[in-house]
Amino acid sequence: MRSPVGTYLRLVRAGFREQSAYLLAAFGGLVANATFGLLKVAILFATVRAAGGELRGYDLAEMSAYIWLSQGLLGSVNLTGRTDMADRVRTGDVAVDFLRPLDVQAAAVATDTGRRLFALLPRGVPSVVIGALLVGMSTPGSAWTYLLGAVSVLLGIVLSCACVYLLAVVGFWIVETRGLQILYMVASGFLAGLFVPISLFPDWLHAVAVSTPFPSMMMYPVDLLSGRVEGLPALLLVAQQAAWLAAAAVLGQVLTRAGRRRLEVQGG
Amino acid sequence: MADTRRWSRSERPPRWSRSERRQRPPRWSRSERRQRPPRWSRSERSERHETLTLRARWEPYRVVLASRIRSQRSYRASFALDLGSSLLVGLVELAEVAVLFLAVDRIGGLTLAQVVLVFGIADLTFSLADMVVGHCDELPRFIRAGTLDVFYLRPQPLLLQLVTSDISLRRLARASVGAVALVVGLVLNDITWGPSAVALLVLAVLSGAATFAALFVTAAGLQFFLVNGAEMTNAFVYGGRYAAGQPASVWPRGLLVVFGFVFPMAFTGYLPVGTLLDLPGVPGLPGWLGWCAPLAAVWAWVLALTCWRWGVRHYQGAGG
Repeated sequence: MRSPVGTYLRLVRAGFREQSAYLLAAFGGLVANATFGLLKVAILFATVRAAGGELRGYDLAEMSAYIWLSQGLLGSVNLTGRTDMADRVRTGDVAVDFLRPLDVQAAAVATDTGRRLFALLPRGVPSVVIGALLVGMSTPGSAWTYLLGAVSVLLGIVLSCACVYLLAVVGFWIVETRGLQILYMVASGFLAGLFVPISLFPDWLHAVAVSTPFPSMMMYPVDLLSGRVEGLPALLLVAQQAAWLAAAAVLGQVLTRAGRRRLEVQGG
Repeated sequence: MADTRRWSRSERPPRWSRSERRQRPPRWSRSERRQRPPRWSRSERSERHETLTLRARWEPYRVVLASRIRSQRSYRASFALDLGSSLLVGLVELAEVAVLFLAVDRIGGLTLAQVVLVFGIADLTFSLADMVVGHCDELPRFIRAGTLDVFYLRPQPLLLQLVTSDISLRRLARASVGAVALVVGLVLNDITWGPSAVALLVLAVLSGAATFAALFVTAAGLQFFLVNGAEMTNAFVYGGRYAAGQPASVWPRGLLVVFGFVFPMAFTGYLPVGTLLDLPGVPGLPGWLGWCAPLAAVWAWVLALTCWRWGVRHYQGAGG
């Protein structure tokens, strides 16, 4: 018998390979990423220049690193709140998932993570390369930064998948989760620092942002990879990401079990 | 044959009679389609125009739209959330720009009050277009699932059917954010009111909505080719909306060409505001350019209908 962890790793691989079939889709995503990236460069660079070359600790090179790393992660971190799982809960297909000898939550998150990891290849890396070539950006010095950055990116991606799963299983109670999904999309993108770095927020908004899991999905990985946060504070950010992931996992288990008892499938 | 296609309201439903259907099978072979495009030819359409009253022609669309409105209101909790979320979308988009003004007074020569006005016009016009034609985004789903073929079977123009197949009420909430921003922007800024200022504003809002609607149609036309690459068109539809709320004066030349003229986003906010407030604007561009917003809308629609025609001709059906 295969070890349980091995099974979920195979699901990650399956998700990864599934996405490799949609290269045109990935390329489309890259075009959109790059366009948004250039628009962000225009407005944020203008702001940094207007502020005299430095804006809350960001100079042009660091701003560029923020823009292109966040655009690169956009395809991999799920900030849209959309999943197949939501449809499966709504249509009742999820009943089939409950019949499988797998943990429903772990299987869904594993598959989704695999899909999202794939996006790093056609969307993530090229976005950063485009930014580095067209605009230029600051790069961190040590290999340690890259290693910790990679761990942080992985945690951010898994956390985003775990949170979106939570959104999907709320569907056991409210059937149509569309409204909730849009709400999630708006809040997560803004608070994760997709549009402007959260350190530019006014203090109260910054406090709101850091008390949610959203910066752990995108802002912290970007801060680590760009070398803005190093040393002990960097480790603390990673620990924070891990804590959010653990919380999302536990909540997911609770909701899945409660939802399973509520699920009612009609027909046969 | 054309004579048998006249129907009055009482003779609905708009399906073909049996004999007709036999003459024209619901799917065309490839060679046939080239001779006979799956839309009504111009002469046929104008003939119908004479025989049907406007009301009767509108009736099928009205029925569809009414049903869509009812369906959206049936899941009340979700609809309320939908409205709330859409409101928040607008607010967050405004916040994205406003946050930058915490550190600086002017970006691209514009103050916060002026940017609010640019945002107001751009966001109001985008939301209106989104409400009416935004669901053209769904086209790839129809193409993939093969349900688009059903549209071809109905004796109505394809694009008009697609546009009237849905209407998103939640975008009303979105539009209200834009409208409020517009009003606030008008109050905060020092505007010399007169007939020409009002005319400029009205022109800007009408042409802006038309321009954004054209972008959605352009994207829809390209979906016939992209299918799985739908996100590519997001670059200019949603990227365009993002661009429209910005001062175009910060764009480098490349962006100015793409979002100033090819997809004329600068005409949906920044340029009319520049003319209205008499701002220095983009170096090298004349101050009266804001009056050309209708021309930008016409150009956007030329582009849109070209892409749409091109896409529809390319479409081969989903088999089955």
